[in-house]
Amino acid sequence: MARFGFRISAPILAGALLALPGGTAAQELRSYAVVGDAIPFSLTGAAGDAARGRALVVERSSTCILCHSGPFPEQKFQGDLAPDLSGSSSRASEGQLRLRLVDAPRLNAATIMPSYYRVDGLNRVGTLWRGKPILSAEQIEDIVAYLMTLRE
Amino acid sequence: MRPFGAIAAALLTASAVCAAEIPQADRRSGYSFMKADTKAMQDEDTANPGMLWVLDGEALWRRKLGASNKACADCHGDARTSMKGIAARYPAFDKATGRPVDLEQRINSCRSNHQQATPMPFESRELLALTAFVSRQSQGMPIETGADPQLAPFIARGGERYMQRQGQLNLACANCHDDNWDKKLAGSAITQGHPTGYPLYRLEWQSLGSLQRRLRACITGIRAQAYDYGAPELVELELYLMSRARGMAMEAPGVRP
Repeated sequence: MARFGFRISAPILAGALLALPGGTAAQELRSYAVVGDAIPFSLTGAAGDAARGRALVVERSSTCILCHSGPFPEQKFQGDLAPDLSGSSSRASEGQLRLRLVDAPRLNAATIMPSYYRVDGLNRVGTLWRGKPILSAEQIEDIVAYLMTLRE
Repeated sequence: MRPFGAIAAALLTASAVCAAEIPQADRRSGYSFMKADTKAMQDEDTANPGMLWVLDGEALWRRKLGASNKACADCHGDARTSMKGIAARYPAFDKATGRPVDLEQRINSCRSNHQQATPMPFESRELLALTAFVSRQSQGMPIETGADPQLAPFIARGGERYMQRQGQLNLACANCHDDNWDKKLAGSAITQGHPTGYPLYRLEWQSLGSLQRRLRACITGIRAQAYDYGAPELVELELYLMSRARGMAMEAPGVRP
């Protein structure tokens, strides 16, 4: 299975084929390399900002805390569908966390965790979201940086 | 390049395999997930806001209108007897179109064909009121939807759609409502998706609303394209869900958070 080999992944720019109103081209996804069960290098080439990452994680529209709970005492409503994010970096490396955010079904096809950085292979995506990943490369790097601070 | 087709196929297979249907003994109405004060609001007619629509519906039932100048009551008489158990069998097979129709659609086709009046828009106060009034006549009765064998292919299609992952979040109804109904999504009970109480009053809506409205909200929640009101896909989903709830008690007008 290619899953465990080293390969360059080039997400198809499905969105680029759809002309959106106003001529705005859909976001292009950056290419990334999967090594084993990880994406070892930053999607943007730069390190993320952990403080921005925390703000993103607790923001409902990012969708993280709909399913996950974590060390966010100020957040009254957290989900329990998925593991608590506390201790994320004690369970996974930075690269493993990055691949889990980018494309978790690659590791487990039955997971309910969406692929946060993928636009292909989806059905009936609503017009508001068509051709766009759930999170941008920058946002994913910010969240990875924040998760790496969660040691226990 | 990645084998996209293979991944998509694997996802479909996985979701079909993982979605275990809820055993009869474990089926629970959304009611059972609610706090005591919300349950009390549904239980007491004087506290249940849905009863305002039921009362409006009762008045509409007797109002003559349309080119034929007929009221529902002129043909159907006292709804307490003529409509008893009717809502518990909807959506039902419509011979004229060869398709299932839900209760709202049936009321509207009666309005066009027999009253010769303009059909009411989906989610309009009048259509919700008449639907609530008719549904109320089945309160406490077991759901019987889907017994007609002509409905089988439509139930199957609704079931396939229920299992199909869709939207930017790539989730199927079954991923939450069959596989994770005992969990919480951002603090809210997920529930099993048995439509026992529609049309129902949602505190979140501050209004009565139809099952189609609820389904469209859930579909938008997974960031998929919501089907239009009255779309065959929505009616097939309603049909699948109601037939899956067969034997459970009708609660309309329900109250939900």
